[in-house]
Amino acid sequence: MTAIARPPTLDQARAVTRRGLAMSAVALVGIAGACVLALGFTPTEARQGLAQKIFYLHVPAAWSALLAFSLVGVAGALYLWLEDSRLDRFSAASAEVGVAFAAVMLTTGPIWAKPIWGTWWTWDARLTLTLFLFFLFVGYLALRAAIHDRQERARFSAVLGIMGLLLVPFVHLSVYLFRTLHPQPIVLKPSAPSLPWEMLRTLLVSTVMFTLLYVGYVTTRYGIGLAADAREHRDAD
Amino acid sequence: MPSFDGPLLAATGLERSFGPHRVLRGVDVRVSAGEALVVAGPNGAGKTTLLRVLAGLARPNAGEVRVLGRRLERSAPEARRPIGFASHQSLLYDDLTVRENVVLAARLYQVRDAAAAAAKALDAVGLADRSDDRPRGLSRGLLQRASIARALVHEPRLLLLDEPFTGLDSAAAERLRGLLRGRVAGGMGLVLVTHHLDEAWELATRIGVLIGGRWQLEGERAGELDDFLTRYRALVHA
Amino acid sequence: MPEGLRVALVIAAKDIRAELRSRTALLSAIVFAALVLVIFNFARDPTVLSATDLAPSALWVTFSFAAMVAMNRAFTVEREHGALDGLLLAPVSRGALFAGKVLANLAFVGAVEAIALPLFVLFFNVDLTRALPGIVATAALATIGFVAVGTIFGAMAVRTRFAELMLPVLLLPFMVPPLIGAVQVTSRLLAERPLSEMWGWLRLLALYDIGFVTLAALSFAFVVDE
Repeated sequence: MTAIARPPTLDQARAVTRRGLAMSAVALVGIAGACVLALGFTPTEARQGLAQKIFYLHVPAAWSALLAFSLVGVAGALYLWLEDSRLDRFSAASAEVGVAFAAVMLTTGPIWAKPIWGTWWTWDARLTLTLFLFFLFVGYLALRAAIHDRQERARFSAVLGIMGLLLVPFVHLSVYLFRTLHPQPIVLKPSAPSLPWEMLRTLLVSTVMFTLLYVGYVTTRYGIGLAADAREHRDAD
Repeated sequence: MPSFDGPLLAATGLERSFGPHRVLRGVDVRVSAGEALVVAGPNGAGKTTLLRVLAGLARPNAGEVRVLGRRLERSAPEARRPIGFASHQSLLYDDLTVRENVVLAARLYQVRDAAAAAAKALDAVGLADRSDDRPRGLSRGLLQRASIARALVHEPRLLLLDEPFTGLDSAAAERLRGLLRGRVAGGMGLVLVTHHLDEAWELATRIGVLIGGRWQLEGERAGELDDFLTRYRALVHA
Repeated sequence: MPEGLRVALVIAAKDIRAELRSRTALLSAIVFAALVLVIFNFARDPTVLSATDLAPSALWVTFSFAAMVAMNRAFTVEREHGALDGLLLAPVSRGALFAGKVLANLAFVGAVEAIALPLFVLFFNVDLTRALPGIVATAALATIGFVAVGTIFGAMAVRTRFAELMLPVLLLPFMVPPLIGAVQVTSRLLAERPLSEMWGWLRLLALYDIGFVTLAALSFAFVVDE
């Protein structure tokens, strides 16, 4: 049985959007700060040189896309259980933000890689996963755009989100199996455990700022969705 | 299964919204064995939605539907067994013959001898000689008879019909009325949604008028059709 | 026979009978498969890429795309005349309904694969005598997984305006892991490599099947029930 929630008001929606914009602004400043940190206060990696610095933006961007997608899946599962339309509104917001993060990462990656390493693309784990997330997001948003009944759209999106979430470990596994048999010539990132403290610190700062940016963008987008619903209810009455 | 004493159908507090549009705003329905409820109302009143909720094809946002005492919900497919349903769509497969369609329905309902039950149902609607035709080649009236045979093949205790008289000529309509009258007399419950009050009037034991997702009138059929139609038009244009 | 299985078989039989009468989806898928195989052959430069190098990929791309063509029909037939309501009205569990549709889809996709495989042998000149049982087993393993996902996505896609386009858009990312696994195993089978080299991929295929068949079966009710 689904509850009929009290419809949102435009004022509520605007308040949420303002909060989201404020958070995003703070996060963008934070990311600029992280860039400064990366360029000025972090040791340069011996083998790859200056080119490696993109790592401090790419890893958090990929992480944010993965976070966005995971939350779409989790919110979807919760929606099927609780049938709260707020969860669906959140999923839609998270998907739009996630696809943006993934798209930025996928376009800056090759643009950076080509002059530095001479190749546009490698099938390393991070890029491949982000590419998959991008396609999953696009499919998710395409499905949402094609279903007009609100409850049906929410249910279908939730199912797609959950199935997409199950796909992620299989993508990992496929890439892992593929790479152990076909080692890639270029290593894009230093492996995790042996990062010196300064690099780890910069990476953490950048990751926190990207996560904050995710939260800010999703809040803003959620507020926009809330406003659209508020208008629809107001016009229907 | 122990026999059930209460009404065939008891639905309470049904609410259903599509986005911001509230289509059903608190509707109760009660039908006992041998009763026929005719539901009338203007377009967009929620009649089709109500019937789909009663059939278990749509879930209400609030309220519940009980058929023979069992609540209709996702986890209880058995509760749907006593229900038969036919709408303006035929629910038939174009690539199967009429007979095969009805046999399929019988098998889905676990009817013991599906072929015999199908033959019986097709006979009852007068389609025995056309049963090897495909739905594609049938006229509206014959198609509708096929879809009713499909709905009746498992001898439902409760039959739900959505606009069964649309597109029928008077002979076909009379034939349908006769069939339904016989079944209702035999104890079947009927909920019939229609625009054509004149066609359904004689069948009804009770009439309900649904406007704006709520009952505006609901009670025993009484008096003459013309008087009722006057009151009905007044309600609709109010 | 448990009731759910009986119902699934009734539904699958109905689908198979209906399709055998109209044959539209089956024939389209088979012709499509043949054309894709032909294109693969003409699209390669024989001096650079040998037929055996290309063969496993060609086979599996063909299987995947032809399968999508075949699986589209599963719910488009239910949309005409609202027939799906007829299935949903019945006192049958949604899991049994799903199983029936999956079985029918497996029959269709299996038929397309069975016809495409000899064409593949013909066009690519591969010797399957030793590899055949392995390839059939791999095909079965990979097909079960993506047919389960294709069935539930088909049920969703049919509710949109361009179902034939929506199904591939949704399904293709999900076909990649079983596709990679199948290609890797097939190429090793054709090269007569030992089983130990395929083990990881076969495990991937099996895990995928278990995970997605289960999830799809559990999620199906949320797709078809309002």
